[in-house]
Amino acid sequence: MYKLHFDENICKKCPTGDCLIKCQYLDIEKNQVKDEMVKIAQGKDSFVLEQCVTCYGCEEYCRRGNHPFYLITEKRDEKGILTSPRAITKQWINIGEPRGKYQLGEIKEKILSFGFMPEFLDMVKGKLFEDLMPSYVFGQEFFCNVVYLHFANTQIIKQRLPMVVENFRKLGVEEVVFMHDECYGAFSSLAPAYGIEVPFKPIHYFEYLYQRLKDLASDIKPLNINVAYQRPCSSRLSPDKHRYVPKIMNLIGANLVEREYQDENALCCGGIFAMDYGYSLAHDVQEKNLEDMVAHGAEYCVFNCPACQNTLGEKVRKRGLKPIHMVDLCRMALGETPKMEE
Amino acid sequence: MKDILNRLAEIVGEEHVSNQPEEIFYYARDPGLMPPHNPDYVVLPRTSEQVQKIVLLAKEEKIPLVPMGAGMALTGLIIPLKGGIVIDMKRMNRILEVNEKARYAIVEGGTSQGALKAYLEKHYPRLRHSVPDAPATATIAANVVIHGQGRLTQQYGFNSDMVSGLEVVLPSGKICKIGSSSLSSAWFSKGAPLPDLSGLFLGWFGTTGIITKVALKLYPRKRFRDVDVFVTDSEELVPEMVYELTHTEMAEDINVFSQPLPMIFKDNHHITIFITGDTDEELEFKRKMIWDALDPYIKSKDGGFMGVPPTMKPTFLDMPQRSVSRFADVKKGGGFEYSGPIILVEKYPQCTGKIRELASKYDLAYSAMARIIGRGHCMMFGFAFTFNRSDPGMMERTRKALSEVSEFVLEMGGVFWKPTVDEQKMALNKMDPNTLSILRMIKENLDPYGIMNPGNWEVA
Amino acid sequence: MKYEEIVHRCFRCGYCKFTGDYSTFNCPSYRKFGFDTYSPGGRMWLIRAWLAGEIENTTRLQHILFSCATCASCVEHCVFTFSDDLVNAFVAAREEMVNGGVIPPRVRDYLKSIHINGNPYRAPGEERDKWAERMSVPPYDGQEYLFYVGCVGSYDERAQKIARSVSDLLLNAGVSFGILGKREICDGNEVRALGERGLFQSLAEQNIALFRELGMQRIITLDPHAFNAFKNDYPELGGHYQVFHYSQVLAPLLRGEAMPFRELRARVTYHDPCYLGRHNGEYTAPRIILRSIPGLDLVEMEQSRENAFCCGGGGGNFFTDILGGGEESPARVRIRQALDTGAEILAVSCPQCAKMLDDALKAENAAEKMKVLDVSEIASLALPQSQDSCSNGLSP
Repeated sequence: MYKLHFDENICKKCPTGDCLIKCQYLDIEKNQVKDEMVKIAQGKDSFVLEQCVTCYGCEEYCRRGNHPFYLITEKRDEKGILTSPRAITKQWINIGEPRGKYQLGEIKEKILSFGFMPEFLDMVKGKLFEDLMPSYVFGQEFFCNVVYLHFANTQIIKQRLPMVVENFRKLGVEEVVFMHDECYGAFSSLAPAYGIEVPFKPIHYFEYLYQRLKDLASDIKPLNINVAYQRPCSSRLSPDKHRYVPKIMNLIGANLVEREYQDENALCCGGIFAMDYGYSLAHDVQEKNLEDMVAHGAEYCVFNCPACQNTLGEKVRKRGLKPIHMVDLCRMALGETPKMEE
Repeated sequence: MKDILNRLAEIVGEEHVSNQPEEIFYYARDPGLMPPHNPDYVVLPRTSEQVQKIVLLAKEEKIPLVPMGAGMALTGLIIPLKGGIVIDMKRMNRILEVNEKARYAIVEGGTSQGALKAYLEKHYPRLRHSVPDAPATATIAANVVIHGQGRLTQQYGFNSDMVSGLEVVLPSGKICKIGSSSLSSAWFSKGAPLPDLSGLFLGWFGTTGIITKVALKLYPRKRFRDVDVFVTDSEELVPEMVYELTHTEMAEDINVFSQPLPMIFKDNHHITIFITGDTDEELEFKRKMIWDALDPYIKSKDGGFMGVPPTMKPTFLDMPQRSVSRFADVKKGGGFEYSGPIILVEKYPQCTGKIRELASKYDLAYSAMARIIGRGHCMMFGFAFTFNRSDPGMMERTRKALSEVSEFVLEMGGVFWKPTVDEQKMALNKMDPNTLSILRMIKENLDPYGIMNPGNWEVA
Repeated sequence: MKYEEIVHRCFRCGYCKFTGDYSTFNCPSYRKFGFDTYSPGGRMWLIRAWLAGEIENTTRLQHILFSCATCASCVEHCVFTFSDDLVNAFVAAREEMVNGGVIPPRVRDYLKSIHINGNPYRAPGEERDKWAERMSVPPYDGQEYLFYVGCVGSYDERAQKIARSVSDLLLNAGVSFGILGKREICDGNEVRALGERGLFQSLAEQNIALFRELGMQRIITLDPHAFNAFKNDYPELGGHYQVFHYSQVLAPLLRGEAMPFRELRARVTYHDPCYLGRHNGEYTAPRIILRSIPGLDLVEMEQSRENAFCCGGGGGNFFTDILGGGEESPARVRIRQALDTGAEILAVSCPQCAKMLDDALKAENAAEKMKVLDVSEIASLALPQSQDSCSNGLSP
């Protein structure tokens, strides 16, 4: 079985304790962090294991190459500490089960992966993708399964992710552009952390969009709009790609409003919080987030993750902002009709 | 026989009566599994007076009469077990009056659920009725005659509890008004403060008279409507979860379902909780109350609210839910039937256990669907099996499974809802003899010749 | 029978009978006759019974099957995955009847006339271009488009006027087109819908051969029924063309202001023909034309677009009249719906609808209140050189 590479000595020597100090949901003193992380690494009990809300943030806050969130998840799984109601976990595991109903486009050496997010089947079109489409994959067979981190279930990930890797390998592809950064994180962060070999080059779709927009620069009509960006949990697995957000906005002439809950300080959409922890946490986080968007004059809320958009889209709209996915926003800058307006 | 046809034609017009093989074939059966039996005639009356004349003719000739709406009960209640005349009521589809301030509507006996819903949405957007999940063709009158349930049943009881007046053509041919309408122009009550005579007709499946007009209570229609779905893998906890939910009095409707497919529904029980509000604040307040009521189960990890994708919400919010009908084609065979006993909510675990057992025993695809009636006073638990109409073996297995359900229901202290003829016999056999004698007395007095939907509610 | 594999899958739930909001029944034959046997679900169950030998091919069964207007409202509203093939199944059942040789006399007469005369009017083929006399409509000679007029537009007096107004508009807009005139052959849409597959195939093959000989690639049709045949049925027989209803050619030109209209003050409601709307999804082009006329007030009937109520002429009923007649005939119901809008003009974009509704208007004694005009006729009235409806002879 695959084993997480985690070095507790790195924690012991850590001068900052950023992983938990920066956490927006845990109340912890700096001098406690080291002890708690070491306790967790050694398989001992820790209040962190009980109180972590699975925002993924610590994966980004740790700058020393350790994987605090994967560790927390691993240990919760070992101890049977549930983050999520059993029924919710079962539901998600059932949804993700491969059923032989995947879709393959015209597979080339470089492909787009929609994971198991049907939203991309309608969204991915137009000039931005004419290089690659219809070279794509979709379905449970190509679903990264990383979402089960939220459910403290690393076993299912370790069981299914290698099969997904194998499915990609069978296609013989060399490069895969992942339209969801959870999938990208699966192959750029999680798989390496568990020693799972990845036989292709994963590419984050932000990077792809950025290159395409540069190629199509002459077609871009600056949008001249104020946007708030809703950063998803899974972006924490690839913080280096988050840097493309301002760069893309810059290219398409969208003004990314400077607000409190952005970048490292971003707040969860609340979707998982609602399922796992009930009304209050989700509602409070969403209210803070939405008020922040409104207070800073955003006209659009730009989503990276379709699940975040499903959770927050309607609430954003009720606050007078237009919800839009990053892909649609970029298409709009190219004079194309975004999916939401079709 | 020719004479009867001509006399019927004189009443309703030649084009609205048939004894042709096509109509005989079609009106001999319903979409369920009960064996067909041919009628002799099918008529389409347009007015109460025409119904009256048909009844008088039938009385004179001692011909059975079977009133029919859309025939969607699935349990064979409109199959003319002893032949005779099927009266298809659907041409009597006028909405006669809406009293906005008193919140009731008077409709003709063949008016469909869909038509009333559309009419209210257009002309009285602040009013609604309790729409069942039967297809939109289902009629208001037939639905209350079988004690149907609908979207407002958790708040206000059976749809028949929402009746506020009736016009009935009695087997004698008399046209009779029931409730306040018997001495007032206002149809606000089916009984109180008078003796409630509606019980002589509601639940009788047309064996005591033909309903030609129904007054139905209407209720506030809020601007917004939403649904949350609480899932649990613990069927034992469902009754107490429902108890907590009904205690809030915040829900429009509460249903519970479990089914093995699609995969998103496998292994779990789903409590669908509908909420309404005129403002976002009202909606959110109700949502919070409901979520808080179930919070202990979230904390104990025994259940949680699933994220309902925006693409799935319209399926839940659809009224009536067309997805219920789609269940008929799960096996690409156009059939489903369910036994839907009215039973205590506390029996939910036993019922779900039973349906799983039967599905496995008879190799059938199933859906368990429960609708909470009143504030948890009871529920309708649907043991639904889908079958392929071109697979006689599967149809027979479905019959057997449903037959076992019937036995089980009585064991569990449940009461059949819209029972088949066989279930009616089982119910009458088990019934308190004194109750039975009242039923007999009523039937013999109202329908001395036994011409009204004979075969049903036949007290020996 | 083709589609036999779906007939047992009907649950007879009845959603097929309704409009989308359930406000009323939208199946023309069910609405007219009232028996469930005349609903789409009724047909499904009876077809199954007939195939299984439980019922015979009787006059009544023929009436039930051939009174279907193939309007596809059931296709639109059925909740099942096989909904797309409902009308196909009804047509297939008609094919079975035709193959068995026992069909309603009016259907037999229609098919016989097409077989013998090439048109349902028992008129000589030489008269096919009579509608274009006194007009400078060019014969097709390799122009960009063939303007296919069809049997109704060629022979029916009312429809001929529409053929002329469409030609006028195309000429006015500078569209490069020509007609086949005497060489035109019936498109066969109604032949197919009435179940004579062999005759349809023969007509289609003749047309395809002719079109090939002429090197024709792009067709404008007057009639949505022909549009449907060319677009959806000819490809499987090897006829692949770019097919346009005339409104689809004219609407884009209006956007480019190629045809500036003068003001036409009128309240107009538009009736969606089934073979343009539900069968082929074109609800917009005719409305674009109407909306581009200054002063024209376009109001919608309660039942429009996907929920439009059929005039009752579809599926061959225009010729066989099995469904028509009486106060509850679909066309008369539709006229009453149009009158409810307060419109002075009921716009159509199908010569069959025009004729059906025109007759119904008279039957309803409402000719004083409203006119039935084709969209092309209304547009012609709004052309700057047009004087008024009377002088153009456009009044029906």
